[in-house]
Amino acid sequence: MNLGARKREALSGYFAISPWLIGFLAFIIGPILASLFLSFMKWDIITPPAFVGGGNYKRLIEDPLLYQCLKVTFIYTVFAIPLNLGFGLLVAILMNQGVKGINIFRTIFYMPAILSGVAVAILWQKIFNPHFGVLNPILKLLHIMPVLELVSSPVTWLYSEFWALPSFIIMNLWAVGGAMIIYLAALQGIPTHLFESADIDGASVWSKFRHITLPMLSPVILFNLIMGVIGSFQVFTSSYIMTGGGPNNATLFYVLNLYRQAFQYHRMGYGCALAWVLFIIIIVFTLLILKSSSAWVYYAGARRGK
Amino acid sequence: MTHSKITRRRIWTIAATIIILVGVFIILIPLFWMLTTSLKTYAEAESMAWLPRKPQWNNYFTALRAINFWRALGNTLLITFLAMTGHVFSCALVAYGFARLRFPFRDPLFVILLATMMIPAQVTMIPIFIEFRALGWVDTFYPLTVPAFLGGSAFFIFLLRQFFMTIPTELDDAARIDGCSHFGIFFKIILPLSKPALLTVALFSFMGNWNDFMGPLIYLNSPEKKTLALALQDFNSLYAVQPHLMMAASLVIMLPCLAIFFFAQRYFIKGMVITGVKG
Repeated sequence: MNLGARKREALSGYFAISPWLIGFLAFIIGPILASLFLSFMKWDIITPPAFVGGGNYKRLIEDPLLYQCLKVTFIYTVFAIPLNLGFGLLVAILMNQGVKGINIFRTIFYMPAILSGVAVAILWQKIFNPHFGVLNPILKLLHIMPVLELVSSPVTWLYSEFWALPSFIIMNLWAVGGAMIIYLAALQGIPTHLFESADIDGASVWSKFRHITLPMLSPVILFNLIMGVIGSFQVFTSSYIMTGGGPNNATLFYVLNLYRQAFQYHRMGYGCALAWVLFIIIIVFTLLILKSSSAWVYYAGARRGK
Repeated sequence: MTHSKITRRRIWTIAATIIILVGVFIILIPLFWMLTTSLKTYAEAESMAWLPRKPQWNNYFTALRAINFWRALGNTLLITFLAMTGHVFSCALVAYGFARLRFPFRDPLFVILLATMMIPAQVTMIPIFIEFRALGWVDTFYPLTVPAFLGGSAFFIFLLRQFFMTIPTELDDAARIDGCSHFGIFFKIILPLSKPALLTVALFSFMGNWNDFMGPLIYLNSPEKKTLALALQDFNSLYAVQPHLMMAASLVIMLPCLAIFFFAQRYFIKGMVITGVKG
């Protein structure tokens, strides 16, 4: 009887997770294996596929576009993610200083983070426009423009090989509220007695930040970091719409290159090789970050759910 | 001493408030500019006038006609609601299995599920396209809706499972004594008690599909099947130099997301917090 009940439970369990199991086979593990297989083929999707061995990978290594899209994606990641995490933390800490009206401010900061897609990309494309966009007049008004012109002139943003990629980094900062909201929740979860006992010991603001706030936030920083890096390797819509990868491939993000090879030039096998390289890069980065985390992430032993 | 401490504390709060106000101002400029530009005449938009002299509400009619708004809206709503239904039901069922039922290999399978959250969709995009093409599903809505019914999103499953774990198991036991089956418990206890979490998933799913660009770009070709995102992109490549019309169309398409966000903000925050802080 007991055994029967257990069997029934196991059967119900498998039934419950069956949609995911089917989806996992059909849309994750199957396609991953298929794409590995296809990456050794040459296939334009019309004529039958032909086996080319390591041909796609050999071509990949010789393809200047691969290095260009890797360079663009890496530079973007290296600047956009730390800036986003840093500003997110700064805003969250400022909000947590007993500021009045925090609910309204939090809403406004968080709002851009939930907006995405074509409409946002078009909005920023117009903001950066040197003829009618709003950004350059503001920069002139604040006398920031001459400084930027010293760095690289003219400051035509998406039309400038130098300024195009920074434009994407600035746009990403607009959505800083996504990281902020998670920090803020974590900040509010730090037990106040930690700060009280530090106060009794006469700790300074900085040392409280350094020795209480940062360690308590480190698991959340790790989460934001991993999600941010994975996200930055997936930038597509904004580059497709705002610049189409230009000028002169200055904003050719990895996935835009992948999309073009596969769906515009119909190089399915080559596209799969690109996809596999992306997959391996993301795994390596995630593992590196996770591995480094034991050195800087602090897990309180008795962390409770509530 | 305490007195100076209180003063210092107050100065600190005021400084923080000022910096935040500056930030709020910066965050709002793009949206404010979007709204004012959408109401300008072409000449005003071109000459960078700060405000329209007379609001041109007509821009909205012109822009929406140009993107064939009603048809694109119908397509987008159909895809969005089908996918949302699929996500909510299939992810809840799977999450229930992982949260409440015991079966061999449950924990390793759950670890695999978590690991799949790290796999970007672009890695599997090409073989999945080939799969759907073999099924003859290109230029239909199936590729954009069917996967949602098959577990769809590991993130949603994880979020719901975390929520289900907080429901006391005593309720299940009591129901079981009353003769309730596993799926009876799912429908009569777990689902009704999880409305906030289910709503969170529904809203995330809605936003994701409403804004999705790559999926429709790959799968939909015929003009009468285009979604709002695709229609907007087409319009932009034709009318890129008409900022007032582009801003009007973009604002209309953003509006449902803004509205949902203002009315259901706490569900988004809850969803982010469950997965970000407690995960």
